[in-house]
Amino acid sequence: MNRSALRQFCGIFFGLLLLPGAAIGAQGLRGTGDLGVVIERAAGQIQVISTTEQATLATIPGLGDLSHASVVFSRDGRFAFVFGRDGGLTKVDLLTAQIVNRVLQSGNSIGGAISQDGALVAVSNYEPGGVRVFDSTTLELIADIAATHDGGLSKVVGLVDAPGNRFVFSLFDAGEIWIADLTTPKEPVLHKFSAVGRQPYDALITPDGRYYIAGLFGEDGFALIDLWHPEKGVRRILADYGRGKERLPVYKMPHLEGWAIANRAAFVPAMGQHEVLVVDTDDWRARATIPVHGQPVFVMAQPDGRYVWVNYAFPDNEVVQVIDTETLTIASTLSPGKAILHMEFTPRGEHVWISARDDDRLNVYDTRTLERIATLPADKPSGIFFTARANRIGL
Amino acid sequence: MRSVIVAILLLLPIGAATGNGISADRTTELEHLLRHDCGSCHGMRLTGGLGPALTSIALKEKSPISLQQVILAGRPGTAMPPWAGILSTDEVDWLVDALRKGQFDEP
Repeated sequence: MNRSALRQFCGIFFGLLLLPGAAIGAQGLRGTGDLGVVIERAAGQIQVISTTEQATLATIPGLGDLSHASVVFSRDGRFAFVFGRDGGLTKVDLLTAQIVNRVLQSGNSIGGAISQDGALVAVSNYEPGGVRVFDSTTLELIADIAATHDGGLSKVVGLVDAPGNRFVFSLFDAGEIWIADLTTPKEPVLHKFSAVGRQPYDALITPDGRYYIAGLFGEDGFALIDLWHPEKGVRRILADYGRGKERLPVYKMPHLEGWAIANRAAFVPAMGQHEVLVVDTDDWRARATIPVHGQPVFVMAQPDGRYVWVNYAFPDNEVVQVIDTETLTIASTLSPGKAILHMEFTPRGEHVWISARDDDRLNVYDTRTLERIATLPADKPSGIFFTARANRIGL
Repeated sequence: MRSVIVAILLLLPIGAATGNGISADRTTELEHLLRHDCGSCHGMRLTGGLGPALTSIALKEKSPISLQQVILAGRPGTAMPPWAGILSTDEVDWLVDALRKGQFDEP
């Protein structure tokens, strides 16, 4: 083939790659390790993005009510499981950019998790209150765990996977924490802890899968379980951080994630205060209280744990602050845009992606220079989830 | 005289306000706040979440004054905060009225 014919061939070949609707990777193999999902909450759509290319690869409609949405990934990093507000559980193939399966499994749902072995996907439901467990390949219902208490059903929050093919979750209305062992998937074995505290609103599991920590709305403090020793029961930590101070109105619940842990401490949101609380992860005693810009919603450590990034609830939601985990002071205050809903670090932490809902924009920042290096358009973006979560306990 | 009356009538829609003096721009902002910020707990489609549904059907049995009070003062002991520092009483009344009429209901 002569050179000009070769050039023509390449032009057509690469031109075909850019055809709208062309599946990601269809014309050439690619991995999924640098991919992610961005929730477009108003449109009920998700974007598939590449952190290498800093680009949107596809937009997938038809995911129902995503006004609150959460995502986990299959163990091979190929599929995203999207948990929607309307109880929708949608399995998305990231490479073909197609919905491969979808079930409306409840009336109202808040989040989900994938089991240690990757075979099961669990959804935490508000309505009916409980956890439903599905086969991650077929989305067939495997188990239905009703969150019964006092003759009623409690909303379930803070659902995470734990080693031993377990799921751990909290009951908002009942004030309980349950551990479900799904070693035999169709017969979950439940271990229930009652009176853990009033209205647990979310929970995290430490990256090593050892400690489950639920935040309380109805009182100060967090409920902690050592999953290596569940027989020791639930322990209350940070029990009096409010110290008699009056709480501010809470316009948005904080969210707890495993990335709260950095530099031998847990960095967690204070409820109704403009504070991040620092707890020592050796003895779980309070180490410090850091005054911040607003009521924290997400407090997330960079992958290297050197800094923790914080965003805030309405009406203070135009600011992101960066906390130094050595000095426990604010290193930087950024203004990425309007209504900052979520942040996600690239797997080794060189960049962070930040969603600005009311700017209809995603912002990519360099974590070393703190400069914004790219923006992408997005329709009312909220959650950002990268595929590196596929092989992390609790994510 | 007639041209004056016509002129006045023509001018009325410009900068139209609702009955309680809320501008069209502000009502757009209020709807945005309702869906996105109230929607944090009540769902963007108002079908509920941590908080109950706010569709016109869900609110049928509630009186406007009780809804106004809940929004302004919150419900202590629950996750519903007071919005008195953020919204004026007129704005709350507009929201309550629009919610009850089903103006924000999804088809």
